[in-house]
Amino acid sequence: MSKIVKYVIADLLRSRAIMVYALVLLVLSISVFSIEDNADKGVVSLLNIILFVVPLVSIIFSTVYLYNSAEFIELLVSQPLKRRTIWMSIFTGLAGAVALAFLIGVGVPILLYAFTPSGIILLLSGMMLSLIFVSIAMWAAVRIRDKAKGIGLSILLWLYFALLFDALVLFILFQFSDYPIENGMVAVAMLNPIDISRILILLQVDISAMMGYTGAIFRNFFGTGWGMTITVLVLMAWTAVPVWFSLRFFKQKDL
Amino acid sequence: MITIQNISKRFGKLQVLDNVSLTLNGGQCVALIGPNGSGKTTLIKSILGMVMPQSGALLFKGNPVGQQWEYRRDIGYMPQIGRYPENMTIGQVLDMMKDIRKVPEAALDRDLFDVFELDKMLDKRMGTLSGGTRQKVSACLAFMFKPEVLILDEPTAGLDPVSTELLKDKILAEKNNNRLIIITSHVLSDLDDLATEVIYMQEGRPLFHKPLEVLKEETGTDRLAKAIARIMAKQGMKKGVTTV
Amino acid sequence: MGHAATIQVSATHRITSIKRALEIAVDGDTIQVYAGTYREGNIVIRKRVALIGVGNPVIDGEKQYEPISIFVPHVTVSGFTIKASGQSSVRDIAAVKLYETHHVTVADNVLDDNFFGIYLQGSKQCTIRNNRLTAYGKTEQVTGNGIHGWKSDSLVISGNTVVGHRDGIYLEFVTHTDVRDNQVLNNRRYGLHFMFSHENGYYDNAFTGNGSGVAVMYTKHVRMERNVFSENWGDAAYGLLLKEITDSHIEHNVFVRNTTGILMEGSNRVQIQHNQFEGNGWALKIQTSCMDNVLTQNNFVHNTFDVATNGSLMLNKFERNYWDKYEGYDLDKDREGDVPYRPVSLYSMVVEKYPMAMLLFRSFMVTLLDRTERVMPSLIPEDLKDDYPLMRPVVMAYAE
Repeated sequence: MSKIVKYVIADLLRSRAIMVYALVLLVLSISVFSIEDNADKGVVSLLNIILFVVPLVSIIFSTVYLYNSAEFIELLVSQPLKRRTIWMSIFTGLAGAVALAFLIGVGVPILLYAFTPSGIILLLSGMMLSLIFVSIAMWAAVRIRDKAKGIGLSILLWLYFALLFDALVLFILFQFSDYPIENGMVAVAMLNPIDISRILILLQVDISAMMGYTGAIFRNFFGTGWGMTITVLVLMAWTAVPVWFSLRFFKQKDL
Repeated sequence: MITIQNISKRFGKLQVLDNVSLTLNGGQCVALIGPNGSGKTTLIKSILGMVMPQSGALLFKGNPVGQQWEYRRDIGYMPQIGRYPENMTIGQVLDMMKDIRKVPEAALDRDLFDVFELDKMLDKRMGTLSGGTRQKVSACLAFMFKPEVLILDEPTAGLDPVSTELLKDKILAEKNNNRLIIITSHVLSDLDDLATEVIYMQEGRPLFHKPLEVLKEETGTDRLAKAIARIMAKQGMKKGVTTV
Repeated sequence: MGHAATIQVSATHRITSIKRALEIAVDGDTIQVYAGTYREGNIVIRKRVALIGVGNPVIDGEKQYEPISIFVPHVTVSGFTIKASGQSSVRDIAAVKLYETHHVTVADNVLDDNFFGIYLQGSKQCTIRNNRLTAYGKTEQVTGNGIHGWKSDSLVISGNTVVGHRDGIYLEFVTHTDVRDNQVLNNRRYGLHFMFSHENGYYDNAFTGNGSGVAVMYTKHVRMERNVFSENWGDAAYGLLLKEITDSHIEHNVFVRNTTGILMEGSNRVQIQHNQFEGNGWALKIQTSCMDNVLTQNNFVHNTFDVATNGSLMLNKFERNYWDKYEGYDLDKDREGDVPYRPVSLYSMVVEKYPMAMLLFRSFMVTLLDRTERVMPSLIPEDLKDDYPLMRPVVMAYAE
């Protein structure tokens, strides 16, 4: 597998889009950290940008790349290679490249300006989000043959995770506020990797407020080794499940 | 070498391959022709495992290919449109293929690489190449590993006349090496010098599969293009007769 | 009596028990107690003596008795480790209890694993200094207060460390009292808790990690200066709860990393100045029942929410504070922003009503909502604003 990954990554890292992405993140992060005198405040300002931009770029870039690589993938399939090898190599290559761009764009400034628990969590969740949205892109692109429709679907998926889901959660919250929905809400949050990442950061920068009314739930869940293990497992599942479904489909797909 | 038994494939409502059975052997150079949408490309893709037929079996050297992949070691494929990752250089594409095939450098067939003078362009990115140059790379890759079966999908499309001749020479040479060569082309004149067999596909099934010599005799022509035209005319008449 | 005698007590001296020493002592004597463990049940002091521990003697209440009860004025108890007082749900048993007395000093003792620590009942002019009180009760019910004052006056409570009690310092009907330089940490309920305790001053204390922070109620003329209120986390936890506090001063304090910095209910004419609010969930929750309070020259930095309230009426004055969330400008360079700052965010009001909504805080949608509201206020109280927000933080001179 590594033989293809190597070339895919090398190709992607020289792609203009990836370079621009890394550069924009770098400029944004550095300017945020130089404006904010306090690392935590910088992390908070970056948080919104990252939760917004990273999923968007990861999913759109990957989808476009997959459609543009249709012929290349066909060529690979005509070679003595397992389809699993091909698909997983492309996933690894894409995920690696997007994550590396993020690591350079945000990781370096964080190491320099905000090497704090909140900064590190931000970095880790950004990395996870990169992988997750590449994974979701793999699924969208493999299911839909038409490029325009495929890109449309990935934009919709992004919109859902970035905006619609939260609106839905808020709606549920208002509607059922009289019922004991607390534990349910934590479970619901697990259905959106962007929310999970955001809550992990909140637990760092807004711990005082989080320990208020909702404190018991957070303490009981995120505060324990168990809760954190579950959270990390859920994030890993978010990476693995879409790509697993896409692989299952790709194995049977007519190219 | 390749036995196709009753394979069928439909995409939605469209029956692309309709109960196709064929036997192809080493030393043959098969011209796979037919109108657009007749199922040529799907047939090739089925042989390569890129399309999964809904029924029937495909045997390679007597073994069903099914979900196998190792058999493709023995196939060289030149796609109709060769598109490669934009930022990979020619050198990297070649290296990657070598990595995949794991054929020792000494055992490689570098004829086309040399005649197309690719060594001068190793550092060029695929995204910057013309269609013709990409075809050269594709051709080079197909022949490089000395496969027993060569599948060439419109190999001369986009190539300049000189390169076309160079490629044809190479194909002839490989035919004489007892390889099985399957070519699709719209340029029937190209096939005259190369083909030993002709398969004519129509509406998802082979209308006929004959040695070129037999075909020429039957139609009384010496050019493939003319032979096909005759057959088409005859068919049209037949159809006309039956419908009237 | 010519002059005061000194009586020495230890296993190797002629007098081996404190009770025996007290029997033979007269007013004005000093009893020196040498190292050793003294299990004498309830030691009752009815003579004006100084009971001085030498080499850290231990008085053990064996979980049954009140180790020291003081009934007369002019008594000093110092230099002891007093441990394991009895416990009772009927009687407030303390390690050292003062009954209707005055001019008593309890200083430099270690109080370990007692029910109540030092209990002052109807006492005046007493000094509680440099004691270290530690309790280990698992619940509020099996733990008494550290320093407990009831119907007392003119006390000095200074330099003590109180850990793990129910309330660290509890004062009810205690007046003209000075509470200074104490460290009050990790107590079950409140670090400091007082009611009806007028004219008291609290200076340079630290209240950290107490179950519900500090709660002060029904009191006039309080001064709280240079105290640190920190890490009081939980559902009903605040750095400082002010309930019906009037005509008081809260100045130069630091409120850091509390769920709520200050919660004010029914409090009037309180001057809140030069305080630092940092890293709190809510820096200030001020209910509409509060009137004529003045908040000025305070710094609000890194709080999740600056101010929350429970209605649209606001009769308090916010002026010339530094708010790190302020995004206005200062064109005339007078170091005050040219547009008002509204410290109440829409979402803080949403969270107030639907606590679980905290889960969505800082999501893109919520940020958008908040920004829109700040530009075009429709739900947040119209009058809750700082018309002259400072562009730079106020420089604070801290005691520490």
